[in-house]
Amino acid sequence: MLSFLGRRLGSGVVLVFAITTLAYLLLYLGSGDIARRILGQTASQEQVAAKASELGLDRPIWVQYADWLSGAVTGDLGRSWFTGQLVIDGVTTRLGVTLSLVIGATVITAIVSAALGVWAALAGGWVDRTIQFLTVLGMAIPGFLIAVGLVLVLAIQLGWFNATGYVGFTSSPPGWARSVTLPVVALAVGGASAVTQQIRGAVVDELERDYVRTLRSRGLPASSVVFKHALRNASGPALAVLNVQFVGMLGGAVIVEQVFQMPGLGQLAVGATTQGDIPIVMGLVVATAIIVILVNLLIDIAQGIINPKVRLA
Amino acid sequence: MSIEAPPSLPATQPGKKVGLLRQVLKNPVGLASLLVLVGFGLIALIGGLIAPFDPNAADPYAVLADPGDGSLLGRDNAGRDILSRLLVATQISIGAAIVALITALVIGVIGGLYAGYYKGWLDITFSWLTGLTMALPGIIVLLAARAVVGPSVWWAMFIFGILMSPSFFRLVYASVSSVREELYVDAARVAGLSDTRIIGRHILGVVRAPIIIQSAMILAIAIAIQSGLEFLGIGDSNTPTWGSMLKDGFDVMYRKPINMLWPSVAIGLTTVALALLANVMRDALERTAVRVRRPRRSRAGAPAEVPVREVTTLTHEDDERSAGRQGEVLLDVRDLHVGYDQPDGSITRVVHGVDLTIRRGEVHGLIGESGSGKSQTSFSVLGLLPTGGRVVSGSIHFEGTDLVTSSDRARAAVRGKKIAYIPQEPMSNLDPSFTIGSQLTEPLRRTLALDRKAAEARALELLARVGIPDPARTFAAYPHQISGGMAQRVLIAGAVSSDPDLLIADEPTTALDVTIQAEVLDLIRELQEDGDMAVLLVTHNFGVVADLCDRVSVMKDGLIVETGPVRSIFSSPQHEYTRMLLDAMLDEDGPVREPLTSGGQS
Amino acid sequence: MNAPLLEVDDLDVIYPGGRGRKPFHALKSVSLDIRPGETVGLVGESGSGKTTLGRAVLGLAPVSGGAIRFDGRDISHLTRKQRRGLAKDIQVVFQDPYSSLNPSMTIEQILAEPLTANGVEGGSARTRVRELLDSVQLPADAAQRLPKEFSGGQRQRIAIARALALDPRLIVADEAVSALDLSTQARVLDLFIQIQEATGVAYLFVTHDLSVVRHVSHRVAVLYRGEIVEQGPAAQVTKDPEHPYTQRLFMAAPVPDPDRQEQRRANRLRLLEAQQEQDIQARAGGVAASELAEG
Repeated sequence: MLSFLGRRLGSGVVLVFAITTLAYLLLYLGSGDIARRILGQTASQEQVAAKASELGLDRPIWVQYADWLSGAVTGDLGRSWFTGQLVIDGVTTRLGVTLSLVIGATVITAIVSAALGVWAALAGGWVDRTIQFLTVLGMAIPGFLIAVGLVLVLAIQLGWFNATGYVGFTSSPPGWARSVTLPVVALAVGGASAVTQQIRGAVVDELERDYVRTLRSRGLPASSVVFKHALRNASGPALAVLNVQFVGMLGGAVIVEQVFQMPGLGQLAVGATTQGDIPIVMGLVVATAIIVILVNLLIDIAQGIINPKVRLA
Repeated sequence: MSIEAPPSLPATQPGKKVGLLRQVLKNPVGLASLLVLVGFGLIALIGGLIAPFDPNAADPYAVLADPGDGSLLGRDNAGRDILSRLLVATQISIGAAIVALITALVIGVIGGLYAGYYKGWLDITFSWLTGLTMALPGIIVLLAARAVVGPSVWWAMFIFGILMSPSFFRLVYASVSSVREELYVDAARVAGLSDTRIIGRHILGVVRAPIIIQSAMILAIAIAIQSGLEFLGIGDSNTPTWGSMLKDGFDVMYRKPINMLWPSVAIGLTTVALALLANVMRDALERTAVRVRRPRRSRAGAPAEVPVREVTTLTHEDDERSAGRQGEVLLDVRDLHVGYDQPDGSITRVVHGVDLTIRRGEVHGLIGESGSGKSQTSFSVLGLLPTGGRVVSGSIHFEGTDLVTSSDRARAAVRGKKIAYIPQEPMSNLDPSFTIGSQLTEPLRRTLALDRKAAEARALELLARVGIPDPARTFAAYPHQISGGMAQRVLIAGAVSSDPDLLIADEPTTALDVTIQAEVLDLIRELQEDGDMAVLLVTHNFGVVADLCDRVSVMKDGLIVETGPVRSIFSSPQHEYTRMLLDAMLDEDGPVREPLTSGGQS
Repeated sequence: MNAPLLEVDDLDVIYPGGRGRKPFHALKSVSLDIRPGETVGLVGESGSGKTTLGRAVLGLAPVSGGAIRFDGRDISHLTRKQRRGLAKDIQVVFQDPYSSLNPSMTIEQILAEPLTANGVEGGSARTRVRELLDSVQLPADAAQRLPKEFSGGQRQRIAIARALALDPRLIVADEAVSALDLSTQARVLDLFIQIQEATGVAYLFVTHDLSVVRHVSHRVAVLYRGEIVEQGPAAQVTKDPEHPYTQRLFMAAPVPDPDRQEQRRANRLRLLEAQQEQDIQARAGGVAASELAEG
């Protein structure tokens, strides 16, 4: 198990490195004359040259990258070209909002999909058909569209929840809960639908397996076989789908935050990309890649606990 | 079709291939989705031509104007005609999504075909690309790309197409890899077909339908992502898209919520229609999927209807050997009918009135060819028929209680305690996620109410009893760590753990090598003699019957055609089918072909 | 007629181990020959390498050492193109009659495939397809149907017809009747023999079933853990085997007669005891313990 985790962690580090290198090269090489873009068309040649040397852009790209990388491993991701703010500060102050939404949505996804998936698999008939139909719809409708609908109906027409804005957890837990409820629901619908489908299918498959008949032939009741054996074997593939959904929800959060006007990574990202503030964009890439790799690792650990073949490999 | 007189299957339905499209059209949901998509497709084609106004012409005097003045849907926050913008936006949104789809298709399908067939570096390249795209949310990549390539929705969708290509790659790669392993591809190679011909003839056909389904899904995702991106307001304001229109509407949500409706409807309708269409197609494909795999004997999935024929069972008198087995009647099956409920409400019957009596301590062979209903009969006794199957009529008396009419609770009390079961495939009958030990002790603790320690001791004792050399190690092992022969011994240990009165062994040695088969048969015999168990041995192998059984019943087409003491059946079979089966045995003492003389021994 | 058609000479097959798995030595120094018109039965249990040997002859398994010669020509390392040229000489019938026929092709398409790949087109291909169906005793109207309309035995007849399409001189039959019901099995085996008598084709008959081997083979080779432990005329190997493993193997198969099986069981247990004793003695004598101890 330890060597397995070590390998996964190692490949995760390599992946973060590969992503950031690729992103750096594409962003810096693809952007053309960066100093000119920052200063605008009216700036003189001298001003542009001075800006380029101020930002270190006149050095060879590899030198710039080595410089950035040596800073990055110590947590220094540079400064914004426009505001001069430290990138790492910009990211960390907004990370909490985004993570509140994504983690909340992931937890809801896991609980709801386990319940609905098993229910559909066991009940069959119209319950199964209804749940399956709803999950197809849930997967199809974009999360931000659901968010817009929720804001329109619940917050504006009915005034039930805070329509927009974010309340920090530390300042008021109930306020926080109210402010994140709608965005979390909007995010979770798609993920929960996908994972429900997966769990339903996997449980149906597991119940058809030979070992289920054999265990029942030894006198074990159906409930024990379903919940102890079938669900455990079905949860491996479900976790893999949950992993994919987490990444999707992390992306979805960027948009949903804008609907609810929450000060998360989405706000930072939209500002940085329209201005072409590349240090901030790099900071976002690094932050999301690290989050995803960490979640992958958690899922791997869970897979190892569930599946002896993974653990003992 | 005169030669083979198929033992079970009547004429199968003619193999007409019903097209995917026709099946979709027959389904109301499929038809509706397709109509919606065709409608949007038409608008996408001609939207720009029929737009009444220039979609970007702002009229500062008509900001947020209500419908009227030629503006059917009113005007937006810059005074632009909403209908015109919507028509042009449909064109652009769908067009850009198609750019993403085509990019993903070209890269993914070609790469998948090539890598799946030849393996090698492309495989590794794509698994890295998959890793990269899995590690970063698509929207983040697109936002980063926006910083470089500017606000073009076309570029964004091209990049998104690259990000989505691994999903086609994986689909094609997986199908190609599995088809490549099919024997018919090996046969085509041996027949001298070139690689391109094999890919064209055997592989493209298999992946075509899944690619169409995946395309619908990718298109839906592309529209969703594109709208989301545009909704963020980072697009080009002179290129109307559904997402940017939604953004414009959202900005005036409090003043004119209706403006949000149109783009929302467009986005929602297309994505839902695409997803439903994909779903209908997938269902249709699964329904018509030709079962390539031969249904394994032990799985006994939905079997084919067996024609009813009234046959009286030929019964042989006891001989002096079988007369020794005259204990009390343990199992008495009377006029058993087993059927499978069909979706249309009818029942497909597979067992048509089986009578079967097993006395205490008797080994009774149930022999027949595939589809004869022998496994169905034994599953009925266990009360564990596959999904959809049930006892339609008849009775199964065990120690005087009718298992058919008794409650679930009463049946569960018998199962595992008094009736036990040994399956055919050793590996698939062990739960891969639990140790051998826990799979043995869990039923012991439940049926015999042993505590953990006692159950563990009993399990170790059983493992030793069935001839496992190192019981403690096997106890702690997971199923994938032991061999098939060992796994079968473990299953036998589990079956006899509660000292059952009746052991149902369903082809217990069919999956094993012949030397292991002999050992397992010896083991079953020993256990049977030790515990004076009755055994119902389901098999297709007369050698196994001869080795173990006291009595034997021959099954054909859901009926028992002949029954009696094993020696009597072997020496003087009465039923023509039994005779045919025995004649078909390749006789050991028959003449062996002599070495070819013309060549001479070298 | 004297020269062997197929010579397998000191053949080694090693499957390379992927990602952390050790390479697997499937065949070790295997030698075997088949003469024109002859059937050589290749028996073994799972993992013995019998299927690998068949696939090596077909060019579907990697040859790591030794040589396979067909008609005197070394065919162990052919390019794909050269291999295609061999299609009209060496053909195959696989075990599984379900996955060896493409489910979406008609029988005519399946049978015409090797013909068109080798330059037989249109009308003459159709005529040949009809001849082939006739030679495996299927009606001509079978040509327009799909594989799923046929029973296992009928499908295996179709697979045989496909193998015969190019008039090969050698057919590798890999467990060709193992998936069939008993009554069908005998008839398909007889068809194999009948075709051999009519066309003079040679068979490499790979199987785990001793009664099948006995029924069709002129000569028999016994594989055990990648090595041939015994080979010779069918009568000798199946009735009077010399190698302890072959003895155990043949004793283990139950006979369909209760009294004779009782006898055989007793003999088998005696044999096992005797062999165990020999093993112990051999070990005591310092000789390396028999590799044949049950695993």
